[in-house]
Amino acid sequence: MITREDVRRVGWLSRIELEDSELDEYSRKMGLVLEYFGVLDEVGGDVDPTYHVLEIDNVFRDDVAGEMLSQGDALLNAREKRDGYFKSARIV
Amino acid sequence: MSIDRARELVDSVGIEEVLHRCSERIEENKLNTFITTDFEGALTRARKRDGNGGGRLQGVPVGVKDNISTRGIQTTCGSRILTGYVPPYDACVVERLKAEGAVIIGKTNMDEFAMGTSTETSYYGSVRNPWGRERVPGGSSGGSSAAVAGGEVPIALGSDTGGSVRCPASFCGVVGLKPTYGGVSRYGLISYANSLEQIGPIATSVGDVALLFDAIGGYDRRDSTSAEHEFDTSSALDSDVGVEGMRIGVPDEYFGEGTSGAVRDSVWNAIHTFEDLGATYEIVSMPHTRYALAAYYVIAMSEASSNLARFDGLRYGYRVEEGDWHTSFSRTRREGFGEEVKRRILLGTYALSAGYHDKYYLKALKVRTLVKRDFETAFKSCDLLLAPTMPYPAFKLGEKIDDPLSLYLSDVNTVPINLAGVPAISLPCGFEDDLPIGLQLIGNFFCEPTILRAAHCFEQSTDFHKRKPGDV
Repeated sequence: MITREDVRRVGWLSRIELEDSELDEYSRKMGLVLEYFGVLDEVGGDVDPTYHVLEIDNVFRDDVAGEMLSQGDALLNAREKRDGYFKSARIV
Repeated sequence: MSIDRARELVDSVGIEEVLHRCSERIEENKLNTFITTDFEGALTRARKRDGNGGGRLQGVPVGVKDNISTRGIQTTCGSRILTGYVPPYDACVVERLKAEGAVIIGKTNMDEFAMGTSTETSYYGSVRNPWGRERVPGGSSGGSSAAVAGGEVPIALGSDTGGSVRCPASFCGVVGLKPTYGGVSRYGLISYANSLEQIGPIATSVGDVALLFDAIGGYDRRDSTSAEHEFDTSSALDSDVGVEGMRIGVPDEYFGEGTSGAVRDSVWNAIHTFEDLGATYEIVSMPHTRYALAAYYVIAMSEASSNLARFDGLRYGYRVEEGDWHTSFSRTRREGFGEEVKRRILLGTYALSAGYHDKYYLKALKVRTLVKRDFETAFKSCDLLLAPTMPYPAFKLGEKIDDPLSLYLSDVNTVPINLAGVPAISLPCGFEDDLPIGLQLIGNFFCEPTILRAAHCFEQSTDFHKRKPGDV
């Protein structure tokens, strides 16, 4: 139902490195869960989806700066930082 | 231990001695309930507050689940990826606890990122159940529930995405409340499935749960899903009010094939207790319950795949420094996340990916509408619904962990409540082989006072909550 290649592809999409030797076990266990999800196909009729259970629409506030983390606090847990910024690995 | 008893002790022997006793108890019990304790900090904070008393939880020790941010205290979500992460701010509920004088003694163990029903997926090791050390405490708030049941703290906070407060409350023989979605601020709760989860109180009695809920609940502008609703729980515990005339619905579908005979009997005995107290009951049907579990897991995993994208090793937590950004990011997550978390992210990513979005995610959201309608229909003729919390008492450590689907199926009676967003409470209603059985009372939106009142009446008429675990 879900192939080794499918698992490898979603692994890449979600940025989780997977070893070749793990793919069979992931596809087997994920396949069992997806098979169970097949029960949803039994449900007919078209209704609107529920994304959110309460009738709260967009929540706005006045465009005024409020209380927020300081730059120093935001950087407290970063392994690498430079000049007040997070330092990332090379992207391109 | 009750809140009142803890406050008496603080008055008689002093906060330092109370904290010392908590620490000793944790040490003796060896249940692995806490990932981090901070008794030194707790004592300093409590002393600072001395003289500014008046809070309803003045000096009361509390355990906070490790996915709730605590300024200055490590917060790991039970994951390697957040090892060493120290939040620079407090969650709203932590601010409110502190404002009432509560003393946070540490962070409780949990399934990694709250993904589990047994607290076996924690990077920091499994938690043991005080009613049987070879049994799971339930999950994902297993540390909080076992700590309360084991007498380590009088109260604790958990979070409930699909039953994570009610399941461990049921397995550990304590009381746990999943509030209405939007009832308690999620500001500072590290998200797993944000449209489903709520922070909830855990304690040894309904009264203490009500007090704790009162302390943490209510509107908070920093959570855009927070509801502007004023809860009034003051009459909930008034013994003069009672449950006379209350209409209880018993959903047939919540007593499925996997329900143990003892659970069925205990819950039916509870129904008859309510009858004796003047309530009436009727069997109701909630036909879409059968689809709720699958819909829940599709939605929870999809939301998880998005929420957990933030863990890249860049801004906080564990990081593998190797190669370019993609390599570093993918290896950080490979080593930082446990197997169940990875599986859920992969499944969620799959369910949201092109070609499968409508089949899984959109379909699950439509089923959610139908499940919610089942509740709306039931609450037209009932004041509350009553069912087993879990189909069976605590299972053995290692019994289900290698079979994800069988573990998911344990949540069959708790997840529909999160899909609908309504409140529910679990409280002890019996025992099977000396293991506690939980009774679940489900209310309509914002009807926490109704379920607290019914739960309190039941507790006053029975002795199940008085029995203490033998393995601690």
